[in-house]
Amino acid sequence: MATMRKLEEVLHSGEGKIRLRGVSRSFVTAQGPLQALEGIDLDVHAGEFICIVGPSGCGKSTLLNLVAGLDRCTAGEIWTDGHRVEGPSSNRLLIFQELGLFPWLTVRENVEFGLRRRGVLRQECVERARRVLRLVHLGGFENSYLHQLSGGMKQRVALARSLVMEPEVLLMDEPFAALDAQTRDLLHQELERLWVETGQTIVFVTHNVREAVRLGDRVVVMTFRPGRIKCQFEITLPRPRTLEDPALTLVARSVLDQLKEEINKAVKTEFRDETTA
Amino acid sequence: MRRLRRQLLFYSLLVAVWWLIADLEIWTPYLFPSPRGVLEALRWGFADKTFLVGLGISMKRIALGYGLSVALGVVLGCLIAASEFLKDTLGGTLLSLQSLPSLCWLPLAVLWFGLSEKAILFVVVMGSLLSVTINTEMGLRHVPKIYLMAGRNLGARGLGLIVHVLLPASLPHLVAGLKQGWAFAWRSLISGEMIFVSLGLGHLLMMGRDLNDVNQVVAVMVLIVAIGYVVDRLIFERFESRLRQKWGLSAAP
Repeated sequence: MATMRKLEEVLHSGEGKIRLRGVSRSFVTAQGPLQALEGIDLDVHAGEFICIVGPSGCGKSTLLNLVAGLDRCTAGEIWTDGHRVEGPSSNRLLIFQELGLFPWLTVRENVEFGLRRRGVLRQECVERARRVLRLVHLGGFENSYLHQLSGGMKQRVALARSLVMEPEVLLMDEPFAALDAQTRDLLHQELERLWVETGQTIVFVTHNVREAVRLGDRVVVMTFRPGRIKCQFEITLPRPRTLEDPALTLVARSVLDQLKEEINKAVKTEFRDETTA
Repeated sequence: MRRLRRQLLFYSLLVAVWWLIADLEIWTPYLFPSPRGVLEALRWGFADKTFLVGLGISMKRIALGYGLSVALGVVLGCLIAASEFLKDTLGGTLLSLQSLPSLCWLPLAVLWFGLSEKAILFVVVMGSLLSVTINTEMGLRHVPKIYLMAGRNLGARGLGLIVHVLLPASLPHLVAGLKQGWAFAWRSLISGEMIFVSLGLGHLLMMGRDLNDVNQVVAVMVLIVAIGYVVDRLIFERFESRLRQKWGLSAAP
């Protein structure tokens, strides 16, 4: 991993790839209005790997949906490369927690989907899909259907489906939450490698603090309902990192301390919800 | 293989019992058909080509009628799924109309179109349109939201989203609707053909009655069942099982 870039280089290679200013999002629910996000200010630099952690229900997924352009803020603005986000763009792709792979298509057809919609010629689609599938080590599964794959393989198909579009920004919503520890470990390595090779900007949402510290240049901790930014950690641990590294555990602990308060709040609220229901 | 043997045994037993009862002549032979008589009627029917002609005419009608109701039904289903207003108005109407047996459209069809091809076509379309429409609409409505989000995320818009995400995602429902629609269309056709000298299978059935030929009646009935079964098995069942396999809904047979 001699090509591994230094953090300094990454942080100063571009300014404000993604800028969020006063972003809020509220929903109307049966129980009344719900403020999911409130006044989020965040700058993500080009080529940065940023992880967002927070208790479940803090609006992490909502935040990603907003940046992806699949949802609209109730207040505030989101900019990428100096353009206001008005809708989805294939330059800024979201990988869903539930993946959303299409079961009626083969692995290769799933990967080609975005290219075909963009009007790329069939032959080129096939070649690019093939290349990306090899990149995520799924070369032999082009013609398989999704139900024939394991969870980790599906995860890699979802990754390939986005990577093939060569987006500058990759938004990942708890992509590895449903996987076993070994598979997750492997995918961490692969993701880190791909990130280094492509120089993409990655916003990675997770509730797993160790995962966040393992992957991120920066870890953002969010508060519980309404979701605000509580604090941020610059992770300066050298790459490639491993989960077993004691230094990583130490950093993770200080992040976890911040997060715990919010988790307690979340638990209390959920408990109250249950008793009043 | 075991299933096949079991079925073979069952059907030969059934025919044997039938044969026995017919031979006992508890009822007069011109009221109670015998297997031999039915077989004979089938042979004669095909030999003098009346059955072949009837079959051809019926198949042409069903192709036209069913094709029309599939085309209309899918479009209508899409429209209803797309609009809350249409769902609340037209959707409810269609659902209540489904309780109407297709034969009930016959008097109206005759009043409007006379004893004509159009009347039969009308009954066939009315008989199957609703299943296709309702199932299309249901299929579209039940498409998981994540597929739409994923489609939009990857750049599918408008018509592309419908053709490449919505329709394939609702295909299992759609095929169920097409299958049900076919069954209804086939039944409606036969009833529709009974009303006049339409030369189709339904007409041959009535001709058997007019000639007091119970064997011909049963022979035509056998033919109607056979065609319904073959289309259901060879076309829909096959397509459905391929679909299920692809989606991983059930283990390969």
